[in-house]
Amino acid sequence: MSAITTATQADIQPSIDDLKAMAQVIRRHIITMIHAAQAGHPGGSLSAADIVTALYFRVMRLDPANPSWPDRDRFILSKGHACPVWYAALAERGFFDRSHLTTLRQLNSILQGHADMRKTPGVDMTVGSLGQGICAGLGMALAGKLHGKDYHVYVMIGDGEAQEGAVWEAAMAAPRWRLDNLTVIVDNNGIQNDAFTAEIMPVEPLADKWRAFRWNVIEIDGHRMEEIVPALESVKAIKGVPTVIIAKTIKGRGVSFMENVPAWHGAAPNDAQAQAALAEIAEGLR
Amino acid sequence: MSDHPGCYHFVLPEIVANLPGDQPFARAHMQATRYAYADAILELGERNPHVVVLDADVSKSMRTNDFAKRFPDRSFNFGIAEQNMMAAAAGMATTGLIPFASTYAVFASMRALDQVRNSIHYPKLNVKIAASHSGITPGPDGVTHQAQEDLSLLRAIANSTVIAPADPVSTKLAVFAAAAYDGPVYLSFTRDPVPTIYQPDFPLEIGRAVVIREGWDATIIALRDLVAHALVAAAQLAAEGLDVRVIDCHTLKPLDIACILAAARETGAIVTAENNVIFGGLGSAVAEVLVENHPIPMERIGVRDTFAESGPYLALLDKYGMSVRHIAAAVRRVVARKHAA
Ligand SMILES: Cc1ncc(C[n+]2csc(CCOP(=O)(O)OP(=O)(O)O)c2C)c(N)n1
Repeated sequence: MSAITTATQADIQPSIDDLKAMAQVIRRHIITMIHAAQAGHPGGSLSAADIVTALYFRVMRLDPANPSWPDRDRFILSKGHACPVWYAALAERGFFDRSHLTTLRQLNSILQGHADMRKTPGVDMTVGSLGQGICAGLGMALAGKLHGKDYHVYVMIGDGEAQEGAVWEAAMAAPRWRLDNLTVIVDNNGIQNDAFTAEIMPVEPLADKWRAFRWNVIEIDGHRMEEIVPALESVKAIKGVPTVIIAKTIKGRGVSFMENVPAWHGAAPNDAQAQAALAEIAEGLR
Repeated sequence: MSDHPGCYHFVLPEIVANLPGDQPFARAHMQATRYAYADAILELGERNPHVVVLDADVSKSMRTNDFAKRFPDRSFNFGIAEQNMMAAAAGMATTGLIPFASTYAVFASMRALDQVRNSIHYPKLNVKIAASHSGITPGPDGVTHQAQEDLSLLRAIANSTVIAPADPVSTKLAVFAAAAYDGPVYLSFTRDPVPTIYQPDFPLEIGRAVVIREGWDATIIALRDLVAHALVAAAQLAAEGLDVRVIDCHTLKPLDIACILAAARETGAIVTAENNVIFGGLGSAVAEVLVENHPIPMERIGVRDTFAESGPYLALLDKYGMSVRHIAAAVRRVVARKHAA
């Protein structure tokens, strides 16, 4: 694991196995943070952990010492309630000290309940109201083209979030401007706040919808690092169209009693549950 | 109305007895008013077949899923699509249904504000907007979920009625009153538990503020969650020899101008208290009435020109200047100004 520290992109080339191990470290932080706060959203944080790890530790061009570097790649967690996964990755990547993690949601914390770009180093956009981060990402991609920059913008949305009309306004706009510097990742865990997405308001067939909007569509298993990394690394070579990666994921992934259980969307584990979860994650680390 | 200072109306005796203590609400029954709404809508559903409940994927948080279980045919979860829900509610209302469109206040009042204005209020359709997580009551979630502007925004729209009840008892009464009224009503509920302060005979009438504590030295006009804090402030001030009237101004619009002017004439000093920005809400509304009719010393308690942050609800009230000590200090200042005048 020592290969992955606070070094800049040029210094590190983590392997698939390194990334798998880091994803478990991120999962451990997620549980610890939400347990400490006694509030937050474990399910959607855990489902996103593998993809966010791949982005921050292998795919994105970043400099943790210079979080506002104009040429950096951008990431927006449009499903902003899942920010514990983001904070954990940023801390492990060296954007701020790990000691902040357990201040999540407390008064005066740099780690707000939904991510705040003015408070947290490395957070590229303030999020929390669903269906807006994707539009902000579209704007960053447009600006990148205007300024002749070669940075890439990655946006992660939820499958529930895809019910917001604004998501499809952005989906319509990106191909119109040929934004090949924009990649949307759908964390398709099949659960939203109230229940399973298919019961509340079905969004499938997602791949067909994005294809109809003229996006380059890639479908992957969002927990297999062997699929995540090549998919993410392929997008910069696609020219003239934006890419959407539809990642089949499991809400609560990595903690068996949270997996695919809607109640874990926005509930904090108690002491015993946190202990059990951490033990399972440690198991996955070995 | 009694002339006796320190005389309370409709406040539970066990609440009154504890107000001067260190933990005034330690023994109170606490409930988030969003849940009182869920209880009320269930009762309404039994009584009135035209009542339908619309959700936008927060039915678990607002417990409107109880209504969905009891009346599956009259419950519609739109998913995370507040704009669609609001305009669809307008469409349903044109047919005689009474839709209660339920979501968090930020999304009801801001994400879908254009639909709320143009499709609901302009045609004056009979839609009830049930908005939970109002003010900065959703503490830990942070700014994106804290609706510190909703009362101001809804008040600015023509044809609007805006109700922000203080406790679970008055919340249920407000929901019933809203259902009985023909036209758009915005109902504002808390995320966090608040003390049950009222007796069941609380006279909730849309547009009629209620004097809940007599007093002649100054008046605190409060709404929603700050009513309880205003009562505590008044009890503390009584110990200093100040008799402070407390008014529950549950209906922000239409405003009870007569009640406010009576307080202005009889007490000569007013403090407003709202968990909402000081622009355009209760403080502004009362100031407008006073300036045009009876200018007297006045101060506004509310969120100043800032966003808040994540944190526990009561800690946030204190940090952002809306706790008991801030209300009491404002009263002392307006009384001093009154005497200096
Ligand atoms: C505009 C808006 N409406 C409602 C909410 C409340 N909310 C927070 S998370 C959530 C469900 C999100 O589901 P999904 O996008 O599938 O995320 P995931 O399952 O990955 O956590 C809802 C309704 C919100 N944050 N923003």
